[in-house]
Amino acid sequence: MPIFAATCVALLVAMLFILIRSFVGPSLYDRVLAVNAFGTLTVLLIGAMGFLTGRPDFLDIALLYALINFVGTLAALKFFRYRSLGKGAPEPTAGQEEA
Amino acid sequence: MIGILVQGASWLSLGLGAAFLLVGALGIIRLPDFWSRIHAAGIIDTTGVGFITLGLMLQAGFSLVALKLLLIAAFIFITGPTATHAIANAAFAAGLRPVGLSGDESGTFDSGTKRS
Repeated sequence: MPIFAATCVALLVAMLFILIRSFVGPSLYDRVLAVNAFGTLTVLLIGAMGFLTGRPDFLDIALLYALINFVGTLAALKFFRYRSLGKGAPEPTAGQEEA
Repeated sequence: MIGILVQGASWLSLGLGAAFLLVGALGIIRLPDFWSRIHAAGIIDTTGVGFITLGLMLQAGFSLVALKLLLIAAFIFITGPTATHAIANAAFAAGLRPVGLSGDESGTFDSGTKRS
C-alpha cells in the first residue's frame, strides 16, 4: 500500500528534523523534549513499518517502546534535577524551610 | 462500498496525521523559544499520534491488532502531555523563564523544590 510508504517517509523526515533539534538545542531541556518526541515518533514508525511489511506483530514492540520512552524521559529529568537516581526528592518540610 | 469508504477514511487519517507530524517537527526545529517548542511537541503527542493510529486501526479492522493500536494511542495520549509537563516543570525549576517573566516573578510556582 503506497500510503504506508508515504507515512513512513513523513515519519522519517519528522524524525530528522527533531534529531537536528536534539543536537543543536541550546539548553538541556530542548534536548530532552526532542528525545521524547523522537521516541514517540519511533513508536509510530515501528507500527507503520509493521503494516508496510505486512507483519503487524511489531505492535508489541511498539507498545513496549512507548512504556520505556516514558520511564526513560522521567528518569533523565530526575537525574538532571537531583544528580542521582536513587535519592528521592528532599523532605517537604525541609524544602519549605529552605524556600 | 463500505470497503472503499473505510479505505478512504484510513488514507485521509494517515495523510492528516503525517501532516500534523510534519508541522510539529517543523515547529520544534523552527520556533524561537523553548516554551514555544513545547506546543509543537504537544501537537505531535496528541493529534499526530491520534490520527496515525486511527488510520492504522481502520486498516486493521476488528482484530487484536486494532486493540493493540488502541492501547498504544491511549497510553501515548496520557503519558505524552505528562512527560511534556514534567519537562516544563524541570526547566522552570532549573531557572529557565519565558520571555517577559523575570526570575523573581515566580509567585505561582508551588512545587516544594528549590528555586533559583
